[in-house]
Amino acid sequence: MNAPLIETRGLGHSDGPRHILYDIEMAIRPGEIVTIVGPNGAGKTTLLRALIGAMQPSRGTVWRKPGLRIGYTPQKLTIDRTMPLTVDRFIALGGSGDPDARAAALATVGIANLGAAQVTDLSGGELQRAALARALLRQPDLLALDEPTQGLDQLGEAAFYRLIERVRRDTGAAICMVSHDLHVVMSASDRVICLNGHVCCEGAPVQVTEMPEYRALFGLGTQGALALYRHEHDHGHDHEHHHGEPQP
Amino acid sequence: MTGLLDNFVLRAALAGVGVAIVAGPLGCFVVWRRMAYFGDTIAHAALLGVALALALETAVIPAVLAVSAVVALAVARGTGRRYAADSLLGVLAHGGLAVGLVVLSFLPGGRGDLSAWLFGDILAVNTSDLALIWGAAGLAGLVLWLGWSRLLNSTINEELAWAEGGNPERDRLLLTLALALLVAAALKVVGALLITAMLILPAAAARPLAKTPEAMVLAAALIGAASALGGLRLAWVADTPAGPSMVVVALGLFLVSNLLRRA
Repeated sequence: MNAPLIETRGLGHSDGPRHILYDIEMAIRPGEIVTIVGPNGAGKTTLLRALIGAMQPSRGTVWRKPGLRIGYTPQKLTIDRTMPLTVDRFIALGGSGDPDARAAALATVGIANLGAAQVTDLSGGELQRAALARALLRQPDLLALDEPTQGLDQLGEAAFYRLIERVRRDTGAAICMVSHDLHVVMSASDRVICLNGHVCCEGAPVQVTEMPEYRALFGLGTQGALALYRHEHDHGHDHEHHHGEPQP
Repeated sequence: MTGLLDNFVLRAALAGVGVAIVAGPLGCFVVWRRMAYFGDTIAHAALLGVALALALETAVIPAVLAVSAVVALAVARGTGRRYAADSLLGVLAHGGLAVGLVVLSFLPGGRGDLSAWLFGDILAVNTSDLALIWGAAGLAGLVLWLGWSRLLNSTINEELAWAEGGNPERDRLLLTLALALLVAAALKVVGALLITAMLILPAAAARPLAKTPEAMVLAAALIGAASALGGLRLAWVADTPAGPSMVVVALGLFLVSNLLRRA
C-alpha cells in the first residue's frame, strides 16, 4: 500500500556543458513530507520541475503513478501584465468549479479579501499564496512547493508549516518542498534529501544532520542550527511558538 | 445568395470581418504570450509561401502553412543556442520576405501582384477567395474555441499547466498553427506587412476594457470587426488603400480605449 507516487531512475540533467543533476534515485511515497535542501545552484528547482513533469530531464526516467494529481507552486509565479484575470478565476482554472471552496481556500492561505482582485495587482507574496490556494484546491496526491516560505516573515512561516501539517493530516497528501531555510523546514519534515547535483545524503532530519556530507555542505558544527533543531524536535511538532530565534 | 456576393463591397466587408473576428481573439494570445515578433515573422515569411505556391502552381494556403511550420520549427530549435530568439526571428522574417520577393520577381506577371501581397487587396476578393478566407479563419477560430481553457491555462503559466497534467508544448504548436491559418487568410485582406497590426491592435485596445480573458477576447473581436468595417468605409469615402485604412481605424480605437481607461 506504500507504493511510491513518483520514482526516479538515473535521473540527470545538463544545460549545455553544465551538469545540473546526475544519478538521482529517489521516490516520494503517499503522505510523507519530503524536503529537498541544498546550496544555491544545487539543482533543487530543476529536480522538483523534473519530478512534476514541467521539465524533460536529459537522462534517466521519472515514473509517476498513473492519474497522479499534483498541486504545484513555482518559486516565482509570473503572469503577464496584459492578462486580465481575477484571483478567483486564476484558482478556478486549477480545476475547482465550487465558488465556496475557492473562497475557503483563499481564506486558508490568508488572502480571503483578494478574490475579486486582478492577479496583476498582487504582490509577489500574495501571488504565491494564490498559487498555494489553487494547488490545495486540486485535492492533490502530491503538493510540490518550491521555496514556499520565501517572502514570509517568521510568523508567516510558522503558520505556513502548521498549514502544511494540517493539509497532510486532513487529506493524506504527500508534500515535497524545496528550501534553503534549513532548521525550520527540517523540523517539519519526515525526510530530508540533501542535494548538490546528486543526492549527498538523505534520511530523517535527526539522522541527516549527523551525516558528514550534510555538515560538509552546510558547514554546520554541532552548535547553531542543529542545536536549535533538536530543541524544537523535543517538543514534537508543536513548534510554532518561536521559530527562527537566533541562537546566542 | 450568389447574387448578394456579386457586390464587391459586400465581399470585402465579409472578408475583413471574417479575418478580424478571429484575429482579435488570436491576437490576445499573441499579446499575452509576447509572440508579436513571432507573428510578424510568420506573416513576413508567408510571402515566401505565396511565391513558392505561385512558382509551383499549387494552392497558396497549404504553402503558407508549410513555410510557417518550418519557421516555427526553426525558431524552436535554434533559440538559445547561438542567437537570442529575436535575432533569429529577424533573420527568418526578413530572410523569408526577401527570398519571397526575389522568387516572385522571376514569375511572369509576378511583380504586378506585389503590392497586393504586401498590403492586401481586399476590394479584389472574389467568391472563392472569400470561401478560403472564411475557411482558414474559421479553422483558426475553431482551434481557439475548442482548446480555450487549456490554451488559456498554458498561456497564464506553463509550469502550472505542466504540473496539472496539461501539455503547453502541444498548446504552443496549436497556437502556431492557428496563427499560420490566420496569416494565410489575412494575406489578401491586409497583406503580409500589416497582418500583425490586425492581431496586436484590437487585442491591445481591448486590454484596458477587460477584467477577464473572455471579455478581452470578445472586445478584441468586436474592435477588430469595427476596424475592418470602419477601414472599408474610410477607403470608400477618402479613396485610401483599404488594408492600411483598417489598421488606422484600429489604431484610433486603441488610442480611444486607452484614453477612456485613463479618464
